[in-house]
Amino acid sequence: MNLFVDAVNWILDPANFAGPGGIPARTIEHLVFTLVAVLMASVIAIPVGFLIGHTGRGRSLAVATSGGLRAIPTLGLLTLVALWVGIGLGAPYVALTVLAIPPILAGAYAGFEAIDRSVIDSARSVGMSESQIVGTVEIPLGLPLLIAGIRSATLQVVATATLAAYVADVGLGRFLFAGLKTRDYAEMLGGSLLVILLALVLEGIFTVVQRLVVPRGVASQRPPVDRARSARPVPGIDPAITKGTH
Amino acid sequence: MFTAHRGRLAAVAAVAVGAVVALAGCASGDPLDSGSNADEGSATLVVGSQDYYSNEIIAEIYALALEGNGFTVDRQFKIGQREVYLPEIESGAIDVFPEYSGSLLQALNADAAGGTADETYAQLQDELPEGLSVLDMASATDQNSWTVTQAFADKYSLTDIASLADVTEPITVGGPSELQTRPYGPTTLTEKYGIPIAGFTPIEDGGGPLTIKALVDNDIQITNVYTASPNIKSDSLVALDDPDGLFFADNVVPVVSDKVGGKAADVLNAVSAALTAEDLVGLNSESVNDQLSAEKIAAAWLEQANLF
Repeated sequence: MNLFVDAVNWILDPANFAGPGGIPARTIEHLVFTLVAVLMASVIAIPVGFLIGHTGRGRSLAVATSGGLRAIPTLGLLTLVALWVGIGLGAPYVALTVLAIPPILAGAYAGFEAIDRSVIDSARSVGMSESQIVGTVEIPLGLPLLIAGIRSATLQVVATATLAAYVADVGLGRFLFAGLKTRDYAEMLGGSLLVILLALVLEGIFTVVQRLVVPRGVASQRPPVDRARSARPVPGIDPAITKGTH
Repeated sequence: MFTAHRGRLAAVAAVAVGAVVALAGCASGDPLDSGSNADEGSATLVVGSQDYYSNEIIAEIYALALEGNGFTVDRQFKIGQREVYLPEIESGAIDVFPEYSGSLLQALNADAAGGTADETYAQLQDELPEGLSVLDMASATDQNSWTVTQAFADKYSLTDIASLADVTEPITVGGPSELQTRPYGPTTLTEKYGIPIAGFTPIEDGGGPLTIKALVDNDIQITNVYTASPNIKSDSLVALDDPDGLFFADNVVPVVSDKVGGKAADVLNAVSAALTAEDLVGLNSESVNDQLSAEKIAAAWLEQANLF
């Protein structure tokens, strides 16, 4: 218990706030690093996920590939890439982008797949083009699951981004490594608590975002009982959608 | 209900029996129980080693040399870092352990003065706790150093650490986090020698391949490499001279318990007398580059050194 008190004292010590190695600077680095890694993963995974979800092709390949990606140990990949491109932020970005791709990819195609086929058929029958179907039907209806995927990826990346400090002077991981090596466990635990705190804040933000992205038509059709039961609406499998507005 | 209870009882009994067996095992494994006439080569000597490949090779050399002279050896290798095994040696559970004079001295007394190999060795003898002693040290050393690439050294005619002050480009120090706060760290370089340090890049693989690559790629300009590392030769690195004793001399030295008497001490002293710095680099290289086992490397070295 004493260690926790020491760790909290370490976080609150004004001496640890100043300069480029201070807590605020490290936290911002960590946050920016996390967001960039998730963004890069999104740029890769979302279009591929949409394509798979819309065409229904390549799903088994995507499942197998993302399963494989999930099994890669991030530190091992980081070391391998760093031995190739050198130290700095390149290797951590690659390793964490690989970590973030599977959940986002799964969220993207699962969001499309969860939409009732009759909704898409109706869209097609009223004369919508394929791009209209994707843009105005599938993406809005699939968005909550996609956001859930990004949320899960962000959580994994923010926790694992401590590894950036393995080969670069970046992020909250610096406190973990420095504390571990010099047996300053208050610093190490303090750094860990900051990572947890950051993860909780991001979770809170995503909870709000996830509520906001439920299409208004879907949300208003939702029976009140159902809303009380599930804080995280999954409209795709909700029977209310099949009676949707189109 | 009854069966669940019996199941739990059985589990408790199993744990208890297991604990008793384990304790009994500890008791019979206690080297202090095995008699005191260690000198005649009849007793079992416990040889330990760090979880560091080079240290394990030296421990294996000690073990093979002792066995070659009629001693029975119990190998307890790869016991983690100094914080873990030092209490084990002090308690008498380990009889022979390859150590490094300066690092051990600093572990025993953080304020030790250090200095040259002989000064460090003398201080170490004073600091060792009751019941432990060091035998003769080898000329082989495996110590910390500030290391640069040959190209960087040539460019600025670097020879010793102080000459880094003449470097005109920004110097970035790379290495594990703890390097930043060590007494020989970047702050000391600036304060003692007026060497401008542009920054510190953490590379947490402990002088491993990533650190070497960063140095060779010129991502960092200086780092801390152990002087017996085969990388110094294979990657054309230069460990800068340290005439002021910034780093403590780290000669290889066997730390022994009271159980190691005259004959065993003679054997280990003969090993130390033969083990040179070049030998140690060669042994490490056989492990890192040729991937040979500690046992093979140790046996080959003993044969080539004409020992036992």
